[in-house]
Amino acid sequence: MIPAAFEYFRPTSVKEALALLDHYKDEAKLLAGGHSLIPLMKLRLAQPRYVIDLGRVRELEYIRESGDQLLIGAMTRHVAIETSDLLRQRCPLLAETASVIGDAQVRNMGTIGGSLVHADPAADYPAAILALEAEMRVVSSQGERWIRAEDFFVDMLTTSLQPGELLVEIKVPVLPPRTGTAYVKVAQKASGFALCGVAVVLTIDQNGVCQHAAVGITGVAPKAYRARAVEHALRGQKLDASVTAAASAKAAEGIDPLEDLHASAEYRAHLARVWCRRALEQARARV
Amino acid sequence: MAKKFVGERVPRVEDQRLITGRSQYVDDIVRPRMVYAAIVRSIYAHARLKEINVEAARRAPGVIAVFTGEDVREAIGPVPVASQLPDLKIPRHPVLAVEKVRYVGEPVAVVVAEDRYQARDAVDLIEVEYEPLEAVVDPERAIAEGAPILHEEFGTNVAFVWQLSGGDIERAFREAEVVVSQRMVNQRVIPVAMEPRGVVAEYHPGEGQLTVWTSTQIPHLLRTQLAAMLGLAENRVRVIAPEVGGGFGSKLNVYAEEALVGYLAMRLGRPVKWIETRRENFLSTIHGRGQIAEVEAAVKRDGTVLGLRYKIIQDVGAYHQLLTPAIPTLTGLMATGPYKIPNLHVQVIGAFTNKMATDAYRGAGRPEATYMLERMMDRIARELGLDPAEVRMRNFPQPDEFPFPTASGLAYDSGNYPQALRRALELVGYEQLRQEQQVLRQQGRYLGIGISTYVEICAIGPSPALPFGGWESATVRVEPTGKVTVLSGASPHGQGQETSFAQIVADELGVGLSDVRVIHGDTAIVQYGIGTFGSRATAVGGTAVYGAVQKVKEKATRLAAHLLGEENVANVAFEAGQFFVKDRPERRLTFQDVALAAYLAKSLPPGMEPGLEASYFFEPSNFTFPFGAHIAVVEVDPETGDVHFRRYVAVDDCGRVINPMLVDGQVHGGIVQALGQALLEEAVYDENGQLLTGELTDYAIPKATDVPWLETDRTETPSPVNPLGVKGVGEAGTIAATPAIVNAVVDALAPLGIRHLDMPLRPEKIWRAIRGA
Repeated sequence: MIPAAFEYFRPTSVKEALALLDHYKDEAKLLAGGHSLIPLMKLRLAQPRYVIDLGRVRELEYIRESGDQLLIGAMTRHVAIETSDLLRQRCPLLAETASVIGDAQVRNMGTIGGSLVHADPAADYPAAILALEAEMRVVSSQGERWIRAEDFFVDMLTTSLQPGELLVEIKVPVLPPRTGTAYVKVAQKASGFALCGVAVVLTIDQNGVCQHAAVGITGVAPKAYRARAVEHALRGQKLDASVTAAASAKAAEGIDPLEDLHASAEYRAHLARVWCRRALEQARARV
Repeated sequence: MAKKFVGERVPRVEDQRLITGRSQYVDDIVRPRMVYAAIVRSIYAHARLKEINVEAARRAPGVIAVFTGEDVREAIGPVPVASQLPDLKIPRHPVLAVEKVRYVGEPVAVVVAEDRYQARDAVDLIEVEYEPLEAVVDPERAIAEGAPILHEEFGTNVAFVWQLSGGDIERAFREAEVVVSQRMVNQRVIPVAMEPRGVVAEYHPGEGQLTVWTSTQIPHLLRTQLAAMLGLAENRVRVIAPEVGGGFGSKLNVYAEEALVGYLAMRLGRPVKWIETRRENFLSTIHGRGQIAEVEAAVKRDGTVLGLRYKIIQDVGAYHQLLTPAIPTLTGLMATGPYKIPNLHVQVIGAFTNKMATDAYRGAGRPEATYMLERMMDRIARELGLDPAEVRMRNFPQPDEFPFPTASGLAYDSGNYPQALRRALELVGYEQLRQEQQVLRQQGRYLGIGISTYVEICAIGPSPALPFGGWESATVRVEPTGKVTVLSGASPHGQGQETSFAQIVADELGVGLSDVRVIHGDTAIVQYGIGTFGSRATAVGGTAVYGAVQKVKEKATRLAAHLLGEENVANVAFEAGQFFVKDRPERRLTFQDVALAAYLAKSLPPGMEPGLEASYFFEPSNFTFPFGAHIAVVEVDPETGDVHFRRYVAVDDCGRVINPMLVDGQVHGGIVQALGQALLEEAVYDENGQLLTGELTDYAIPKATDVPWLETDRTETPSPVNPLGVKGVGEAGTIAATPAIVNAVVDALAPLGIRHLDMPLRPEKIWRAIRGA
C-alpha cells in the first residue's frame, strides 16, 4: 500500500506529454485516472521510475459530434460519458457501458483512454468499443495513426500501441435509425470487473430482418472479442426469440475462456451464452 | 420518573465528528520525532528460517534499526492465549518468528525508519533464506495420519479435543424414529474492519511510562498483557483506544505488533508508528468461523427433536490468539438453540493449520451453532414432509418455562419464541408466500422462503465463565457545574454507547443529553474495565453506568435534604432535575445547585465526603439470551444461479431497548455481514498456504447494492438479569441471518431434490447444483 519512489511530471499539453514520453521511454508510465496504475504501484507490482500524469492535459477531455461520428478525448472521465446527453442520444451504448463501471468514485476519476490502454480483459469498454467498431487515434512525436478496435486489443493487458505512442481520441459512429443497443454485465462481486459483459448493436429493418449485428464480449477470454458466429447467425434473419437464442449459443465459440478464483472457464462460457441472449433481446426491444 | 431519552430514537452524538472527518484514529496521531515501522512477513506457509540478512536494510536511507526474532526473543514475551481448555496445546507464539514460520504473513523482522516510505523500501532489502516445508491447510487433513506437523513438540496437529454432553444421547438415537444427518462447512471468513489495525507507542523515560495508542476493543485487558509481555509494571503502561473504525471481534485480541511497537519505542527512545496495510489486514489479523461439522439429529415423526450429535473440526490456524480455543465452545453451549432438545453431545477437535489464527468474529461460535441447527431444522422438515415453521413451533419451550435449562447446561433468562416467529410469519405473509411458491414452481420459477429462529448468548458474561473478569465498570462524575462525565470500562468502537449511556444518565439525573459526556478507551483516565465484545457493552457496561448513577443520585438527594433543611431524606423528591421536599414543593434546588454545593463543601451533612461521583462494578448473575426470527425470501435464476432477494424480515427481541435507532443499525449491519458469509465471502488459501483472497479486489464483502430492504420489527421481553432489562443486539444479525438466507436458497431449489449446499452460495455453485440435479 506504499509505492516505491518515483519522479512525477504533470504536463499540460499532448506535445509536452509526448516529449516526456520520448525522453524517459519505457521507464515512464502514463497516469490517467489512476484506477489501474495506482493500485499496482501501491502493491509495488508496478514500480515506474517516472510517472507522467495526464490529469492536466485538458485538450484531451471532450465529447463532440463531427458529421456521422462522435469524438471522445482519451482523458474523458467515465462519469462524463455516462451522463453525456450527446452520447445518450447518438450512441447510448457507450453511455450505458460507462454507467456500470466500478462505482461512483471510480467513474468520477477513471478515463476511457486509461481503461482502453490498460486492456484489462475484464474491463467494460472493450465490449462496447468492439461492437461499435470504434477507432482509436494515437499520436507520437513521429505523427499519428488510427487503429481499428479489432486491432487495438492484442492480448491480456496488451494493446497494439507502440512505445512512444499516446492514445488521444476514440471515434464511435452515430448509430443509424432502427438500431438498438445494450450492454449487460455480470460483475465479479469483489472488484466490480466483468465476469462477463456483452455489448450488442442491432439494426433491424421494417420487416424485422436483422441488417446489422455486432456483438462484443468482455471478461470471458484473455481479451475482449467479437462474437462473429453470433453475428453471422443473426444477419439477414427475421429476428425472434428462437433466432436470438440459437445465435447466442455460439457466443463462446472459438475462444479459450479464462478460469480463476471467481469463475471457471465453463461457467464463463455459459454466462457469455446466457447474457448474449439477454443482451440481444434487450437491444431488439430498444430498436 | 418519566423517561425523556431512554427508548427514543436519539441521533448518535458520535456521528457529527465521524461523518465530518473530525475524529481521531490511530493513523491521525502524530508525535514529535515519531518514526515508522514496517514488518517483513513470511512468504511461506511453512518453512524453516535459515539466514536473515539485514545488512543492506540497515544501511538504507533513513533506516534507524532492524530487529529479527532472535534479537527480541528474550525481550518480548509470547503472544498470549487467555482461554483454558483441558489438555490444550499452547505453542510458543513469538512476536517475530524464531526458527520456523507457520503461516503466510507471520512477522519475521521489523524495520524502523524516519518515514513510512523508507521503512517500506527497506523491507524489500531484507533477505530471508527459507527452507520450505510441506504445508497443511485443510483442517481434516491436518489431523489425519502423516500430515506435516506445525509444532513438532506436540507430535500432532490436534490442538485440543473438547466435549460437552447433556442428557442421554445414546438413548435419544435409540428412540429416534428418524435420524437426519448432514455434513456442513462453515467457511473461514475475514472480518475486514474498515480501519485496519495500527499502533503508535511512545516511551517517557522520565516517568518510566509507555503510552500505546492502538485500535483495540479491550484497552485495559491489553494493558495488563502488554505489561507482562514487556516486563513493565502495569501502572507504567497506558493504553489508549482512540476512535476505532470497527472491530467485529478482530480487535478483541492481543497482537504481536502491539507489543513489538511498544518495545521499539522503549528501545529506540522515539515514538514509533505502525499502520497495517489492507493486505496485512487480510493476512495477519484474525479470521473467523472455519468449522467442518457432521451433525446428526434424532427425531420423531411429528418433528420433535430428541437429541443432537455434533462432530466439529475447528480450523485453529497456526497459533492461538487470545480466545481462539474458546470460540467453538460457544458453538457447543448454544448447540440446542431455541429448542427443547434434552440430549446433546458435542465434540470439537481443534486443528492447527498453516494459516492465520481464527478467533472471535461477530457472533464468535454462535453463528456456527445457529447455522448448523437451523439448517438441520429445515432438513428435518423436508425429511418428514412438515412445514419448517411448524417443526420449529413444535420444539420451542413455552414462555412459562423460563428460566429454561438447556442440555448444554445454560439457563435461558427469558423468552417468548413462538411470539417472535409468529410475528415474522405474519409480517412476511407466510401462507400466501407458500401458495405463490407453488404457483411459480409450475412456471419453472424458483422462489425460496428461509426461516431462522435463534437464541444467542449475550451480555458476556458472569466472571466465572470468562478467562478474565466478566463484569464491567463505570464512574459517573458530576462536575461542579452540574455537567456529567461518564467513564466507562467498556470500549465501544462504532456501536453508539456514547449516545445510549448518555440517554440513561440524562434520564436518571434530569439533565440534557448534551450535558453528559461519555469517555472510554483510555486506561489512564478510565478505571479498569473489560471492553466491548459479546454484545455486552449495554447489558453489562450500561448497567454499571446505571448502578453508578444511582449512587450519585442517592448522595445528591442526601445533600439536597441537608440543604433544604429536611431531616428525613425519604421526604425529598427528585423530579425533572430538581430536588424539593414533598410537602413543601415551592422551594427547589436544581441538580446544578446541589453539584456545586458538593464541591464548595461549605455545608455538608456530617460525615459526607465533598464531591459528587461514584463508581460501580457490575457483575452479572447470568448471561442474557436475546432471540428472534428472521425470514428471507429469494428467487433463484435457474439459468445463471443468481440469487435475488424478494423480502427480508427480521424480528429481534433484545430485551428492553434504550435506542431503537441503534438497535436497527446493529441488526442491519449484522444481517449485511451474514449475507456476506452466506453468498459471497470465503478466505481461500491454496494448497501451499498462499491466501488467494488477499485483497478487496478478490474478497467480496457486500456492497450497499447487494443488500435488500430490511424489514425490522421487535418483540420486547425484558431480561431479569439486569435492572435495565436489556439483553444486547450487536451480533444478532450475523447469528440469525446466515441460515435464513441459505435456507431460502435451498428451499428455492427443493423441487430439484437439492438438500444442502455449503456457503458461500455463489452463482456458479448454484448453477452447478442445478445442472447436476
